Amino acid sequence: MKTHLSPALRLTLIFLVLLAVIYPLIVAAIGKLAPGGGAGETVTVNGKVVGYVKIGQKFTDDRYFNSRPSAVDYNAAGSAGSNKGPSNPDYLATVQARIDTFLVHNPGVTKEQIPAELVTASGSGLDPDLSPQSALLQVPRIARLRRISEDQLRQLVTEQTERPFIGVFSIEKVNVLALNLALEQPR
Amino acid sequence: MSTELLGVVVMYALTVLLAIPLGRYIAKVFKNEPNALDFLNPLERFIYRIGGVDPTREMTWKQNLVALLTINLVWFVLGFFLLLFQGSLPLNPDGNPSQTPDLAFNTVISFMVNCNLQHYSGKSGATYLTQLAVMNFLMFVSAATGMAALVLIFRSFLPQTFTTVGNFYVYFTKSITRILLPISLIVAAILVFNGTPSSFDGKDYIVTMQGDTVGVSRGPAAGMIAIKHVGTNGGGWFGANSAHPLENPNYLTNMTEMIAQTLIPVAMIFALGFFINRRRFAWVIYSVMTIGMLCLLIPTIVTELHGNPAIAQMGVAQPTGAMEGKEVRFGPAASAYWSIVTTIISTGSVNSMHDSSMALSGMMQLLGMMTNAFYGGSGVGILNFYYFIIIAVFISGLMVGRTPELFGRKVEAREIKIASIVALLSTLLVKGGTALAAWVFLTYGDADWAVKPANWLNNPGFHGFSEMLYEFTSSNANNGSGFEGLGDNNIFWNVSTGIVLILGRFIPIIGPVAIAGLLASKKYIPESSGTLRTDTGTFGLMVFAVIVIITALSFFRR
Repeated sequence: MKTHLSPALRLTLIFLVLLAVIYPLIVAAIGKLAPGGGAGETVTVNGKVVGYVKIGQKFTDDRYFNSRPSAVDYNAAGSAGSNKGPSNPDYLATVQARIDTFLVHNPGVTKEQIPAELVTASGSGLDPDLSPQSALLQVPRIARLRRISEDQLRQLVTEQTERPFIGVFSIEKVNVLALNLALEQPR
Repeated sequence: MSTELLGVVVMYALTVLLAIPLGRYIAKVFKNEPNALDFLNPLERFIYRIGGVDPTREMTWKQNLVALLTINLVWFVLGFFLLLFQGSLPLNPDGNPSQTPDLAFNTVISFMVNCNLQHYSGKSGATYLTQLAVMNFLMFVSAATGMAALVLIFRSFLPQTFTTVGNFYVYFTKSITRILLPISLIVAAILVFNGTPSSFDGKDYIVTMQGDTVGVSRGPAAGMIAIKHVGTNGGGWFGANSAHPLENPNYLTNMTEMIAQTLIPVAMIFALGFFINRRRFAWVIYSVMTIGMLCLLIPTIVTELHGNPAIAQMGVAQPTGAMEGKEVRFGPAASAYWSIVTTIISTGSVNSMHDSSMALSGMMQLLGMMTNAFYGGSGVGILNFYYFIIIAVFISGLMVGRTPELFGRKVEAREIKIASIVALLSTLLVKGGTALAAWVFLTYGDADWAVKPANWLNNPGFHGFSEMLYEFTSSNANNGSGFEGLGDNNIFWNVSTGIVLILGRFIPIIGPVAIAGLLASKKYIPESSGTLRTDTGTFGLMVFAVIVIITALSFFRR
């Protein structure tokens, strides 16, 4: 073992320089060329940063398209899922409560119309997206509160819908932050 | 839904299409044949010179194992002290605290054995210094350790009698410079252009549209996320791992990370075929592993797309499937595919929360880790598969009444004893550990630890028990994923899983390398018509049966 200690120490040193210093610096240099300069792309309104493009935000106000429930309340200082098992009684009671709340806030909607994602928490707690169905379901409520026509809002959701990747992979989705920003824009 | 399934098929097809040429290239690298990255020769010579290594020196299997274990010990000491004092060391813009001794012990072992148990959360439990010099560094070197150990085994298949099986330092160095580093750079570049952070800026604070003040964790994440997959370690920069929108921003990055983690494990199978010039044998191994994967994958995808029956009973629609713990941008199909690949391959990264998977999926994830031989981690996958091959050769030999032989070498009592010990170890570690945890949970519920045993479990009933079983299964397989509801940052879990991690890593390396070394030094008998052929479907079936029987006997018996 003694004969192997010296190469072990010396190889560790050289690979520390290569892998823990040079490699991250190369990646950081590549990142400088990317949108946001490798520090995360932000969204700015009137010169103020209101969010990160990729990170979901809490929208619970009825005047906005609401985002999914979150186990970390959309505070991106951390990130986590609920880690609740599928048959946990407390968890199922929480889901039931979310369904009831949604129905109260969205009169006219029946529970069969509610997609599961609207009453379940995401894995990161920072899910930025909704399916188009989940957004469209909220259109009547927002139209009423904002006095905009439902057609106009549906149009907005369609405009903001991202097609599946290269047209074939995964599902359609809407970025909730982008959708609500578009909602605020004067038209 | 069909677009989701298509995504899974394409991800897998691309992996295999890339793995075959990569396997050919890896074989060239380790056979020292001319290859595309020969311009790195001066860099490697420089590394050998600094390291004081003579690259032409051949070593016996024992010398190679001592070299492997010694350098791992150095990493353990280095990592332990860096984590213990990280709070007072530089590159800590968010002012995160030092780790407690038991947490530092667990963390450094976890990464040293190419696992990512991560009883801390990346964003507050580690500093930029430790993320880079401990986690990021160990992700490279632990993967290279596994690959180098595997090449020692490749050597033992060659048709001559040897006393030496190569040079660990050379295989280790080349695994990094020729394979892990170039692929990681490509993956990291794809990630940063899709929104993963790479700068050294600290946490940001913003006021959201709705007026909430929230923090946003960032940092030089892209490089680590690349190697966490390429080296099949799986340790996330952010707490939620690859479910986090910065760690895995979109479907393209999801495909990239998925392919990155499957690539080397699959390529190593083909590399074996090219290295010893027995491509049919490689295809037999590949087929057995693929069938094993499909047995776990198909039920998981079906059950996840079907949705949670308890939620269906409440009357809401589940048009995409079960969504608790999953991200909209990936959907249940890609999440299910990831959850199986990450458990069979010992990556342990997640893009959905396994604790919230359907019960059947949870069982498939557990089985993936219990067999731990369908593709498996970078290098170590075939090491695990190797002892199943040895046992299969032995049993087939007994069945047909011939001396068991593998590639012209007699497999005798000593080799079988070693293979059996390795095979029996997992059941001891997993079931023994879980039993101990359950006993502590029941008997010492009020013990004054960072998390009281009575508060360990996040779910009641059987599922709570599964949280403990999963933790030990994951540790033994060096996987690192978890039913993350478990309150595991306390002295019991940190120490017990730390010990299981070490045993679950080094015994399955030492055992196969020892068998290979013993076989290599035996007299080579050229194969004849009387030899049991190992490159046939029959033998593949035999290996598959051995895997199923050993796993079932180990884990299902009461």
